[in-house]
This record gives sequence, structure tokens and C-alpha cells, in this order.
Amino acid sequence: MRPATLYLLLAGGVLAMAALPILLPWKQFVMTVAMAKGFAALGVALLLRAGMISIGHALFLALGAYAAAFMSRGAGITDLGLLILGSVAISTVCGALVGAYMVRYRAIFFAMLNLAVSMVVFSLLAKLYRVTGGTDGMRVPVPTIFGMEYDKSQFDAILYYVALVLIVAVGFLVHRYLKSPLGHALAAVHSNEVRLEYLGVSAWRVLLVAYTVSAALAGLGGVLTAVAVGHVLPEYAYWTESGHLVLTAVLGGIGGVAGPFLGSIFLEFVHSFAVGYADDAWNMINGIALLLVIFFLPQGLYGLIARRRAAKSVMERDEDK
Amino acid sequence: MSDERALLSVRGITVNFAGVKAADDVTLSINRGDFTAIIGANGSGKTTFLNICTGYVKPQAGAVYLEGREITALPPRNIARQGIARSFQIPQLFTDQTVRENLMLSIAAREGVFQGFTPLDRPEYRAEADELIALVGLQSVADTLTGTLPEGLRKLADVTLALALKPRLLLLDEPTSGVSALERFDIMNTLMNALRERETTALFVEHDMEVVRRYADRVLVWDTGSVIADGLPDTVFADERVIKSVLGAV
Ligand SMILES: Nc1ncnc2c1ncn2[C@@H]1O[C@H](COP(=O)(O)OP(=O)(O)OP(=O)(O)O)[C@@H](O)[C@H]1O
Ligand SMILES: [Mg+2]
Repeated sequence: MRPATLYLLLAGGVLAMAALPILLPWKQFVMTVAMAKGFAALGVALLLRAGMISIGHALFLALGAYAAAFMSRGAGITDLGLLILGSVAISTVCGALVGAYMVRYRAIFFAMLNLAVSMVVFSLLAKLYRVTGGTDGMRVPVPTIFGMEYDKSQFDAILYYVALVLIVAVGFLVHRYLKSPLGHALAAVHSNEVRLEYLGVSAWRVLLVAYTVSAALAGLGGVLTAVAVGHVLPEYAYWTESGHLVLTAVLGGIGGVAGPFLGSIFLEFVHSFAVGYADDAWNMINGIALLLVIFFLPQGLYGLIARRRAAKSVMERDEDK
Repeated sequence: MSDERALLSVRGITVNFAGVKAADDVTLSINRGDFTAIIGANGSGKTTFLNICTGYVKPQAGAVYLEGREITALPPRNIARQGIARSFQIPQLFTDQTVRENLMLSIAAREGVFQGFTPLDRPEYRAEADELIALVGLQSVADTLTGTLPEGLRKLADVTLALALKPRLLLLDEPTSGVSALERFDIMNTLMNALRERETTALFVEHDMEVVRRYADRVLVWDTGSVIADGLPDTVFADERVIKSVLGAV
């Protein structure tokens, strides 16, 4: 597919999303959450490009969400812009600190260490009742936007478009990052880390940048989720949430920035369909969707619109080792 | 270091792999501007020597010096940044990326990969990569993923990746193995001319004695981790021990 056609398709997708609240107003809320989760899935996808699977990235989603809750409850910051900036800043710093340690590890060790740290944070969020509200979580009041107060439904409508604009803006930046030498170095870490070191490049530094960016993206997903739902819970950091992010990224495809968002939105549609017709079969549908993608769309849904040459899927690439 | 001409020196390096002596108290210097060939039977320690010089294998005894400064303990990436590049006996490439992307990544690595949002595929890098591609004749596969190339072309891409770093010292591990005998001299000619032009010092492991005779200023003969002969090609090839140890075996 030529780049021009791809950009047209992507622009069409964004326009369709922009029209969705008018055409399917009852879908607006779940789609805001799906877009928010898409950011976190994009973060996971960055690491997947380097062949690193994190089963703990919900940690940063939860960090972003709780940061927003603490700022609005504790520090009295109500402005949406400030909440977003503050939460992303906090998850970025935490990502850099945690990442400095994590990216020394590979394969199963990396996956398990991320899982372990996220479970520790999950327990803390659930146990420290006086600080975090324990398993009840914390309420997040409706933020103001540039000093203007809105009721919840007005705010939700605005938030939907804020999320969509952020997808385009942040997506563009991440796209530029992936095209830069540092982005290309991610694939190089996966295919031949030894050669990369022999070119004088520190794989650790390449991965630390990716890890920090992925934490920032997950934090952004977290703050958007928190203000959309109006409530944060320890479950945000739970490992099933992390697993879901990996699933979303693989399903959507890691070949381009749009992939994880596609995956997230697609899963949300399937979910709402499943709730209507086969509520208890949700996990089975998830599993079957993933199997179908692995066998028939090894590059995820994104592979349908953009073929990344003959690049191999996440699964195939791991078999090469 | 006393010798002003020495670019790289090793002193008393010793490496044992579970009883196998891959380097046995080796002391030698590589002079600036020389093309030095390393020959020796299979398993005599040629690749191990390159691994030691680049910091990949740490010797159990001895030291490695670059222009008199010790580099023994440095990791490969730091040694690479000091101007020693290498190619590999078994090609080591970024298999999910094209030949041109591989080269542009090497060029970017030389210039420093932390450059914000400027794309890897930028005019200067592309032009330089294409120049190298034309030099070694990889034009027809410039946009092919290196993982799908046949052995000979992967080998060539691997050597070019090292060349793109513009090193002061280039270590080549059997650069023409896997390349057909017909093309061997063409490629060596191109490569050696490029190296002369850049005033790059080169050390190459080679099995083809005709290639050695033609391109080497000096030959080091390896046998079970030791250098058993060292000198001009014609002198070395006339040596009884060399004939027995290497030439007889080839
Ligand atoms: N990482 C390693 N672990 C164990 N033994 C090794 C290792 N690397 C090399 N050896 C052994 O050390 C000896 C020297 O190996 P080396 O690869 O340096 O030989 P070579 O001269 O390059 O041979 P060839 O011509 O086959 O490439 C061999 O016996 C080899 O089996
Ligand atoms: Mg060898």
C-alpha cells in the first residue's frame, strides 16, 4: 500500500471517530476509555518492537490515574490540562527510574520483573486504605477546562474530542520517534543486539528511552481513564489489565502507531456486542479473536491496511531466536 | 608504548575455553596503515583474537592497547566508539531491516543515535548509504530485508556495515568466505582500495592464500592459540612450519 493511501485511510478513521458521538452517542463513553487504553497499548507496542514483553504496564496506567486522583483531591488541581501534564510527568519519571533497572533484563526475566513490580504496587494501592482509599479506590471530581466548569455529560463530550486530538498529536510524535535512529534501533535490539553494541550503540540506553516513553503513554492513558470514569481503583494495576494491554497491542498490530488504537477500539466494539448477546463468553471471544489474528493476520489489524514489507509478526520473530 | 607506529598492541594475552587454548601468551602489534592477514587452521584462535581486540572476549591474562592506552576492560561498544570496527565470520545483521536501513543505522551510530525526531532516512544518510551500496555492488538488493539475502550478499552487507563506521582499524573475519571465487578478487580490490583511500588500517582473517598474497603487507600465522610465523607473505609461505600447519591443511 502506498503511503498516500495509508494516510487517507488513517484520516478517514479519525473522521469516523470524530463523527461517532453524533452517530452512535451511546458509544461515546466506552470509546473514550478505549482511546485512553489505546495509549497504554501503544506504550506496550513500543517495547514489543524491541522484542520485550511487559506484563506489568498497567502499573503506569494506574500511576497516571492515581496521580490525577491525588492532584485533584489532595492538591486541588482541577484543570484538565494540568492534570494530564502532571500525571504524564509523574509516570514518565517513574518509568525512567523503574526502566533503568528493568531494561537490563530480557525475555522472561523482563516480563516477570514488570509483573512483579506491578503486583507490589497493586497490593500497596489496595492495602494503604488511609492514603489510597484501599479497594474502594478514589473518586475523581469532574475537572475544569481552562477555568470553565462543566457538568459530567458536557465534560465527557469534550473529553472524547480531547482524547481524539491527543491520539493524532501524540501519535504523530511517536511516529516520528519510530522513524528516528532511536526508533529503528528498537528493531535492531530485537534482531541483533550484539551487532548494535558493535556499532557503538548502548542497547540499554535505547531501551531506557523506549521504556520511559512507554510509561509516559501508559500514564496518559491512565489520567484519561481516571477523568472519564471519575473513579480510580487498584484493579487498574492488576496483571489482567497488563495482559489486556499486550493483547490489544498484538491484536491491533505493532507495525504502526495506529495499530494499538485500532486494537483497542475493535476490542471495545466486540465487547459491547458480546455483552448484549453472550455476556459470559467475553473471555472466550477475546481468546478466539487473538487466535484468529495470530493465524490469519500475523501483523495485527494494522496489517490489513499497511503491510510492513515482509516483516515478521511478534510471534514468528521470537521463534527465530 | 615504545613503538610509535603501533595502532593496536596486545601483550601476553591468554584465553582458555575449558582446556582449549584459544590464545596462548600472544604479544604483537598492528602498525598504522598496514593490511595484515591472519591465517591458520580451523580452530586455531583467529576469531578469538578478533573477539579479544574488540572486547567481546576478556583475556584471562594480558592486555590490549589502542595507541598505547589500555582498552582490555572496555565493552565492545566503547571500543567501537574509539575507532575499531569489525565484520563477522557469520554475518551479523539487523534481519528485519533492509540493506539500506542497516547501513543508515550504522552511519547514525557513528554520528550518535540520540538525535531527537530527525528521521533515520534523511538525505545525507541515504546518500552515504547508497554510495557504499554502489561501492560494493549491492544496488539490486538495497531495499531487501537483510534476513532474506543469500549468504554471500549477507557477508558483503556485514562488511559494509563495519566500513560505514569509518573506523581507524577494521577487523575482517573471512570477508570473502561464502562469496564466489569469481567475485572474490573484485570485492577485495574494491574493499582494499576504499580502505587505502580512507587510510584505514586493516586486519583480515583469510583462507584464500592467493587473496593473502595479493593484498597483505604482513601475514600472521596462527596455530593453537599462538603466532607461529609473522612476516611478508612470500617469506611466511616459504616457512616449513607454516606449510605443515596451514597450507598442508588447506
Ligand atoms: N565461546 C567459546 N566457548 C568455548 N570454546 C570456544 C569459544 N570460542 C571459541 N572456542 C574454541 O576456541 C578455539 C578457537 O576458536 P576460534 O573460533 O577462535 O577459531 P578460528 O581460528 O576462528 O577457527 P575457524 O577457522 O573455524 O573460524 C576452538 O577450539 C573453539 O572451539
Ligand atoms: Mg573463525
